[in-house]
Parts: sequence; structure tokens; C-alpha cells
Amino acid sequence: MAAARGELPGWVDIGLIPVLNLAIALIVAGLVVVIIGESPIEALGILLNGAMGSLKGWGYTLYYATNFTFTGLAVAVAFHAGLFNIGGEGQVYVAGLGAGIVGLGLDFLPWPIGLPLAILACMAFGAAWAFIPAYLQAKRGSHIVITTIMFNFIAASLMVYLINNVFRPAGRMAVESREITSIVMPSFREIGAWIGVKLPNTPLNLTIILAGLAVWAVWYLLWRTKLGYEIRAAGANPAAAVYAGIRPERIIIIAMLISGGLAGLMAVNEILGVQHRLVLEFAGGAGFVGIAVALMGRSHPAGVVLAALLFGLLYQGGAELSFAKPAITRDMIVVIQGLVILFMGALEQAFRPHLLRVFAVAGA
Amino acid sequence: MEVFHLLPEILASSIRLSVPLIFACLAGLWSERSGIVDIGLEGKMLAGAFAAAAAATFFGSVWTGLLLALIVSVAFSLIHGYASITHRGNQVVSGVAINMLAAGLALVLGNTWFHEGGRTPALAVTERFMPLFLPSDAVLRDLPVIGWVVQIVSGHSLLTYVAFALVPLTAWALARTRFGLRLRAVGENPHAVDTAGISVAWLRYRAVIIAGLLCGLAGAFLSTSLAAGFIKDMSAGRGFMALAALIFANWRAWPALGACLLFGFLGALGNHLQGAEIMGLKVPVQAIIMLPYVLTVILLAGFIGKSIPPRASGIPYTKDR
Repeated sequence: MAAARGELPGWVDIGLIPVLNLAIALIVAGLVVVIIGESPIEALGILLNGAMGSLKGWGYTLYYATNFTFTGLAVAVAFHAGLFNIGGEGQVYVAGLGAGIVGLGLDFLPWPIGLPLAILACMAFGAAWAFIPAYLQAKRGSHIVITTIMFNFIAASLMVYLINNVFRPAGRMAVESREITSIVMPSFREIGAWIGVKLPNTPLNLTIILAGLAVWAVWYLLWRTKLGYEIRAAGANPAAAVYAGIRPERIIIIAMLISGGLAGLMAVNEILGVQHRLVLEFAGGAGFVGIAVALMGRSHPAGVVLAALLFGLLYQGGAELSFAKPAITRDMIVVIQGLVILFMGALEQAFRPHLLRVFAVAGA
Repeated sequence: MEVFHLLPEILASSIRLSVPLIFACLAGLWSERSGIVDIGLEGKMLAGAFAAAAAATFFGSVWTGLLLALIVSVAFSLIHGYASITHRGNQVVSGVAINMLAAGLALVLGNTWFHEGGRTPALAVTERFMPLFLPSDAVLRDLPVIGWVVQIVSGHSLLTYVAFALVPLTAWALARTRFGLRLRAVGENPHAVDTAGISVAWLRYRAVIIAGLLCGLAGAFLSTSLAAGFIKDMSAGRGFMALAALIFANWRAWPALGACLLFGFLGALGNHLQGAEIMGLKVPVQAIIMLPYVLTVILLAGFIGKSIPPRASGIPYTKDR
């Protein structure tokens, strides 16, 4: 890859190429809007206004961004270890068990003990669901992409069974658990009410602080600790890492446990923060959004936050947009996700040869 | 016993359910044998299903539907080829992108064109592949033993028989033709193929195009034969199950047929056992639904046997300079 990996100024690699790729993804998305007979400029206006034009819009945007931060960080940590964790969706879903078991089964515990316990349980269940694919990759060489995909499907069936047969109270028609009453994440609306500020009713809750902590912790782990160095080294060059005394099998398992644990935190936001009961399909595709977020954020925690905000904005703005313009359904967001993954992931280097030529001419 | 009355029906339904898996699994086989990993089978199948139903509705003919399904699915595989062959992008990432693009576009366009929340209108008889029956089917059906066989193999749509015919064709093409041998070589050792003066990229492009055609067939089967129109997420993970079947079959055509039939059977069993009791024990349907995936994981772990993917699969080819 000597020629393709030619020299470009640093700001081009870090700044210009991602911005170009994102721009093209959004232009193609705009073309789709044109094809269905709407104005992309008008659509963009409604979208931005819906996401950021009001306190309520912001509340929803940040709530979505909280979810995507967790799943994005999960994918990013695995990427650093050279692993592609497509299983975020399943890990989030199974992590709901942690919230359900502690929130419903141990609800006699006082809140200050019960809540941290529930958070840990979510992480533990998410990590446990990532552990099996990790173990199989590390010890038996089973390709983690395939096993995590399979585990998404296994999780889907398992959770339908458990929610329906174990968590659903007798006589209830809806397939969901009873309400989690005491061990819940307070919403910003409630906190506002305590201190006498009236805030709109949004799903935004204190989990967003947990997300901020997770962002910092991942950054600290990856760039300030020995373990983080080992993860990055094993991901960048497994063969060289072995000579540096790093055991790749150990790194695979640890990185995937962290990844699954981070994904599991999304269950805190959804179950303990918003739904307050264990419901079907609560991950809602956020595990897959995490892939787009991690690619877009170049697997850096700061990038993940920005990308998660952008996708939060798209989700909330897209919801408002689908009210205003019924032709542009929320499925448009999935199209944009796909385009972002295509242009910022698979076609990441597509412009590089052209830019190399441009800069060679400019430099000569 | 009731099971014996149900058996021909369950087996016939297994065959129906295995058809999209066979198409998609063969698609994966062609692609991965050439060294291109294809996570996007699911998306291409879904895009094909939508294109088939939409075109059949517009033009009133199932054949136009099939044609459009093939064109759209191949277009998606060319995107995959462009990203992973021409630009040496990450093949898994490209596949994930294609799955999302297909799922999103089908619903956005479907909603715009048909205003039924992403569905297409129900297809009429001429807009579908209808069951084909043997001559004097009704008479044969009542015979003992032969009747069972007739109940199982007769009454499927044309595409079902195409799917079964494609298995020996694929096995033969990959094992006996020059193209097939070169294609397998490029999946194992592209450098050697390149040294022989054969274009690695062109071979791989042809492989992903074949994969596109096969996924188009799978999609057309879903929306014009198995169902009468397109509905949201109608591929329902079949693309991934086909990948599982491919691993199960160790990237070979005949075992792929076996794996797809097995998974189809499990699907049919799951449908028929909904709420049924066997020997007083209630079998959770979910256990049967998840069985193919669990089996695949166990296989991948090397507990049932060993499955070895083509050596160069997933690795972009870079010409030595």
C-alpha cells in the first residue's frame, strides 16, 4: 500500500477527508430526499429546528446521543483492539436483564445502594454477552464478526422468551415486566421540579452524566494506562504485540468485556431512565448506530461524542421531520446511517488518491 | 398420530422456507470463494424483494419484477465491489452499510410510491410466481406413500425448482469450469492468480455480480412467491442465517443445500409448533428459532467439526509493486 499510503498533511487526514466523506454522505441523502419529491433544504431546516430549536428538542437529542455514546464507545474500544463487535445490539438487549433483576428483584434496597448495583449489573450482563464470542475468538479462533451477529439473534429470541415467560406478571397482556418503581434514574424534569425549575417532559435523565464519565474513562484507559496501550498495540499489529510481551488472547477478552460493558450501560438509560420496565426490542437498533458513530468518530472518545450528538440530532430532528413531512419517514435516518457507514467506513480512502494528486501538484 | 399427518405439510413448508436461504447461501458461496466477505446478503435480498414487488405492481408482470430485483440487487453488489475491490475498503463495514441502505431505502421509497407505510400493495396472481402442480396432482396426492412425496415436492413455485437446480450447477461450475477454478484460486491465493496474468479484480467483480443475481432471486422469491408483496423487514435475518449455513457447509455447494434445508426445517417446525405440546412438555418456540444460530456458534467453536473459510477471504488484494 506504499503509494496509497502516500504523504498528506496531517490536517488533511484528520480533518479534510472525514469532512469530505461526511459531506458526500449527506449530499447523497439529500438526493434521496429530492427523489421522493421534497426539498432537502427545507427538510434540513425542519430537522435542525426540531432537534435544537427548543428545550424539548434538545432533551430528546441529548437522550438519543446518550444511547449512541455508549454503543459508539463499545464499538470504538473493540476497534482499537482490532475487533469488529457487531453484537452491540444483543449486548444492550441482554444487559436489560441486569436492570430488570436488580430493579425488580432487589427493589427493597435503598436507592443509593440499589442504583449503583443496577448499573453494575447492566454492565456485567452486557459484558457477559460479549464474553462468549470473545472467548471463542481468543481460544478457538471463531470469527468474532459472525459470532457476534449470531449472538444478536440468540439474544433476541432469549429475551422474548424471558420477558414473556419470566418477567411478565400473570394476567398482563402486554409483553413487558411490571414497573420498576424505586431503583430508577431521575429524569431532568424531576430534578428541575425539586429545585423549582419547570422543564419540558423529555426522556433525558441523569444517565447522560454516566455517559460523560464513560467517555472520559475510555479516553483515560486507552491513552493513559498500560492496558490501553496493550489494547491499541494488539489492535495495530498483533504480531509485533506478541514480541512486546502482550498476550493477544487476553487483550481480545478484556477489550470485548469492556466493549460489552459499555454497550450494557445503554440499558441504564433506556430501562432505568426512561421505560422503567423491561420491554421488548428496547435497543431499537442503537447497537448498529454505534458502528456508524464509532466509524465517524474515528474511534476516538471525543469523536464518538460528536458523532453521537450528530446522530442524536438526526434521530430527534428526523422524528419531527416525519410529522411535518409524512413523505420523509423516520426510515430516512437508516438511509443516512448506511451512507455514513459506507462513505466514512468502507470508502474512507476513496478520495485519498485524488487528494494526493492535488497536494502533489500544489507542493511541486 | 397427528404428527404423521402434519409431516408432509411441515416438509413442504421446510422446502419453501429453505429456498431464500439456498439462493442467499449460494450467493455468499460465490462471493466468499473469490475472497470477498459478504455481510450484505440480507440487504441485497431485502432490496431485491422490494424491487420485485414494486416493479410487479407497476408493470403488472412478475417477470419485470424479477428483472428489477436482479438489477437492483446487482447494483448493491457493485457498490460492495467498488468499496471492497477497487478501494480495498473494509468488507464487513461495507456489508453493514449495504444492509442499512437497503432497509432504509426500501421503506422510504415504498412509503413515497405506495403510501402504505412501507408495504407494497398486495400482488395479483399474474404478478406472482404461483405454485406449479404436477399433472394429475390431485389424484396422486391421495395415494399412499407416493401421495406424501407428491405433497412435499409438488406445488412449489418456479423459483423453488430454480434454487434446487442452482446447487448442482454451482458445484459443477466451481469444481469443473476454468472460471470456477480461477475463482476459487483467487479466494485462496490471489497473488498466484495475478502472477498467471489473470485480473484479480475482474474475477472478484464477476463473483460479487453473481452474488447479486442470486440475492435478487432470493428477494424476488420472498415478495412474489412466499408472500404476496413487500413488507417491512421481510428478509427477517435470512441473509445472516444463510451466512451461518455457509459456514456450516464449510463453503461447499452440496453441504450448503443440506444446511439450508435443515435451517428451513427448523423454521417450519417453529411455525408449526407455535404453542404446541410434545409429550406434555411445552417447547418454547424461541428455542427452535434460535437453534440455527446456536448450532452455528457451536460449529464455529470447533465442537462439531472444523470449518475453514477461503484463505484470502476478507483481505483486500494489493498488487505488488
